[in-house]
Amino acid sequence: MRENTRLSVAHLVRDPVLLFLVILVFVGLFLFIILPLGKIFAYSVTNNDGRLSFQAAWDMLKSRSYLEPLKNSMLLGITTGILATIIGYVFAYALTRVDMPLKGFFKTIATIPIISPPFILSLSMIFLFGRNGLITRRLLGIEDANVYGMHSLVVVQTISFFPIAYLTLTGTLSKLNPAVEDAALNLGASKARIFRTVTLPLSVPGILSSFLLVFIQSMEDFSNPAVISGSFSTLAVEAYRTITGMYDMRGGSLMALLLLIPTLIAFLLQKYWLSGKSFVTVTGKPTISQQQSKDPKLVWPLFALSMLISLVILLFYGTVLVGAFVKVWGINFSFTWAHFKYVMTLGWIPLRNSVVLALASTPIAGLLGMIIAFLVVRKEFPGRRAMEFISMLTFAVPGTVVGIGYILAFNDKPFMWTGSAFLLIMAFAFRNMPVGIEAGTSTLLQIDRSIEEASTILGATGAVTFRRISLPMLKQAFFSGLVYSFVRAMTAVSTVIFLISPRWNLATISIFSLFESSKYSDAAAYIIVMILFIIVAIGVLNLLVGLLGRGGPSASGGTSERA
Amino acid sequence: MSERDFSARSSNVTLINLTKRFKSLDGSGEVLAVDDVNLEVKTGELVTILGPSGCGKTTTLRMIAGFEYPTSGSILIGDKDVAKIPPNKRGLSMVFQSYALFPHLTIYENVAYGLRVQKLPANEIRERTERALDLMQLTTMAKRYPSQVSGGQQQRIALARAIVIEPSVLLFDEPLSNLDAKLREYMRDELRKLQKRLGITSLYVTHDQSEAMAISDRVVIMKEGRIRQVGTPREIYAFPQSRFVADFMGKANFLEVEVLGTNGESARIDIGGKTFIVPRAGRVRPNSGSALLVVRPEALRLISLANVENEIPLKGCVDRFTYFGNIARYEVATENGPLLIESYNPEASSIFEEGDNVGVLIDFESVRLLPPEDKEQQ
Repeated sequence: MRENTRLSVAHLVRDPVLLFLVILVFVGLFLFIILPLGKIFAYSVTNNDGRLSFQAAWDMLKSRSYLEPLKNSMLLGITTGILATIIGYVFAYALTRVDMPLKGFFKTIATIPIISPPFILSLSMIFLFGRNGLITRRLLGIEDANVYGMHSLVVVQTISFFPIAYLTLTGTLSKLNPAVEDAALNLGASKARIFRTVTLPLSVPGILSSFLLVFIQSMEDFSNPAVISGSFSTLAVEAYRTITGMYDMRGGSLMALLLLIPTLIAFLLQKYWLSGKSFVTVTGKPTISQQQSKDPKLVWPLFALSMLISLVILLFYGTVLVGAFVKVWGINFSFTWAHFKYVMTLGWIPLRNSVVLALASTPIAGLLGMIIAFLVVRKEFPGRRAMEFISMLTFAVPGTVVGIGYILAFNDKPFMWTGSAFLLIMAFAFRNMPVGIEAGTSTLLQIDRSIEEASTILGATGAVTFRRISLPMLKQAFFSGLVYSFVRAMTAVSTVIFLISPRWNLATISIFSLFESSKYSDAAAYIIVMILFIIVAIGVLNLLVGLLGRGGPSASGGTSERA
Repeated sequence: MSERDFSARSSNVTLINLTKRFKSLDGSGEVLAVDDVNLEVKTGELVTILGPSGCGKTTTLRMIAGFEYPTSGSILIGDKDVAKIPPNKRGLSMVFQSYALFPHLTIYENVAYGLRVQKLPANEIRERTERALDLMQLTTMAKRYPSQVSGGQQQRIALARAIVIEPSVLLFDEPLSNLDAKLREYMRDELRKLQKRLGITSLYVTHDQSEAMAISDRVVIMKEGRIRQVGTPREIYAFPQSRFVADFMGKANFLEVEVLGTNGESARIDIGGKTFIVPRAGRVRPNSGSALLVVRPEALRLISLANVENEIPLKGCVDRFTYFGNIARYEVATENGPLLIESYNPEASSIFEEGDNVGVLIDFESVRLLPPEDKEQQ
């Protein structure tokens, strides 16, 4: 044990670039992840004199104003988790196992909610089912429809998060060895029986995994409950209201802690318990392409179901598009550019801020993701496991918790950064790097380590090897990390709502205030403009990354995969 | 410029008391991966390290390359101890099992990579890269990517990339194991010819004994982290110094015999009450008492019991007969245990069937004596 530690320390000292990177990453992780979380924890268990005391925490935990949002958030998370997983399974099964038309269309529909700005589905909900709702008022003639509450939240969150379930379950279903199902068929089982006794049990880890991931997303969702929950209070929103409305930092920290614990447990279960239970069989042997069912009794019901879900999603997004061009929704449906004019004048500066900060944070998040992936997969140094764990932690920590942690940690000397562009950029960078890390890690694990060793023994230093060999091979992962970081930075609400200042107001927060003053069509126009910005930015990023790595087919390491 | 230039910086390698300990997988203890290895590889020589998996051969190679640091001991390249120098400053190169070609670079850029890293002048890089490509007959495909050429060509790219930097030592980590059998034989001959022509000091790791025989000046047999025997392929095969080496290098039968006396190189032995002479018993033969007789399958011959003679050392019954065309292989049960017998050009002599009672003749010229098993020199 000591021997190995000594050796890896020796390794570090011999490679100053590596040493520098490791220290840099650890300083960053400490400042922007550990310190804020520690502050929340410390703040929750001290009294007003700064002494250690659990009394305040205990008193608050007994009061209804804390237990109610906790109960609500859990209930919402579980309900949404189940519904989104069911829809995700249907979608994933239909798209991987059934031979049906329009697959490309369904796949596109399933990715829209992932990259769309916040508030959009809640806005549609209000447009369609609100007091002046197209369906409730115009179609059904209901005068006093109440769109606010848990029922709307469940609908909106299920649509928002089912793509996560769909992607997770697609992975599971497409990797299940079809030979197992063929074996069952060969033994005389009927198709229905095979599904019940083979396919479904084998996809249980994927199902649980997607449930937990959706649960986390639902728990930490701020934007939807903030505008559509009505009297149904959730932790993320209550924590915000407690701090900004009642100036109660301790109460807010405590709620943040209540929010953090279940999401963290769900994350740990998903990452460490379920990942070991996967039945996915990786044999390295090429598996015969999945047998896709052509049975019309299976194809058409699944097609109808997928179509129904897709049409609902299209209806929701289409509604917002239309809403951006009408004078007053529900009352005067005549065409106008007025809302876009508003966005381009009053809304222009926050929008520009959002783009600037997102652009500034994107390369940091992308590079940080690649560097951490590279260090964790390829290098030996003390604290490697800790680095891996802490950097993935941001995935599980709700944005609200991060925001509160940041104001606690950076409102005082020596780090007086609250309200600065720097802190916003760091918040984006450290929150958005996990996808880059995951993509980079899985790419690196597939690349034969000896490719980098070949570069080393030919005389290249660690830095040269990373720049000329590893990074170009990570191009794909780097790109997905960049796109994801940019989109997340543009669409972030929960963290930044605590960190913005008059100088650095952001587009999403402007949309939020439009909701507060019921200017729904202005919000719709704002959202449409954001979508355009995001699409253009993804295109530009794509172009840049293409130029960055010199051409060549994206082959993987010669014959290395055969080894 | 001539081909000799590739060996311009070639030098000898000396391993002194080289030892490597790893933490065991369960974390409880340590594993001695390489145990006090001493070896000298002369300039221009090709030495193969051969052994079963887990014998420490790859760890030894990786320590020379610099990818692992030794727990103790020295690695001299020329006169310089490189044990603490990082791999990119050792001036070696290596051909990897998976070739480890850079997938995003063309074949030309793969070969030029080591020269570019050294920041050599552009015209020198071009000249040397082209020369290496030419030597490996890769010139026509220089602009392609590694994934667009065949396995044998990938192998040649890896070799070109390794020799172009004129390494002091060339390391090979099972470089042929990804090729199919035919190509493997062809490539190993090419590789040996090239190595001889260029005169680059080479260290080659493999677990394939026929590969080791075919390409090596000398072979090092390793087991459990330690060197068991070093010698030319012929010395290793014809004069194994332990049961392990005899068994690992080729096939061997082991008969328990009694040594009655020795005279110079020869020994008088007793098999089942009959006395025979072993003319060249080997260096580690015991002088008296029980011993192990190493008999290669091709040193045994079956005869029909009909023309029985006195000095038939063993008698038995054919248990199993396999016909390979060039060889007939018999497994014969005798009073001294089962024997494996290979008869070359079987159609030239009589062929026996399963169940036949046979006599077994030994060609005593090619058998050796080893100490009995419990006293075997480890």
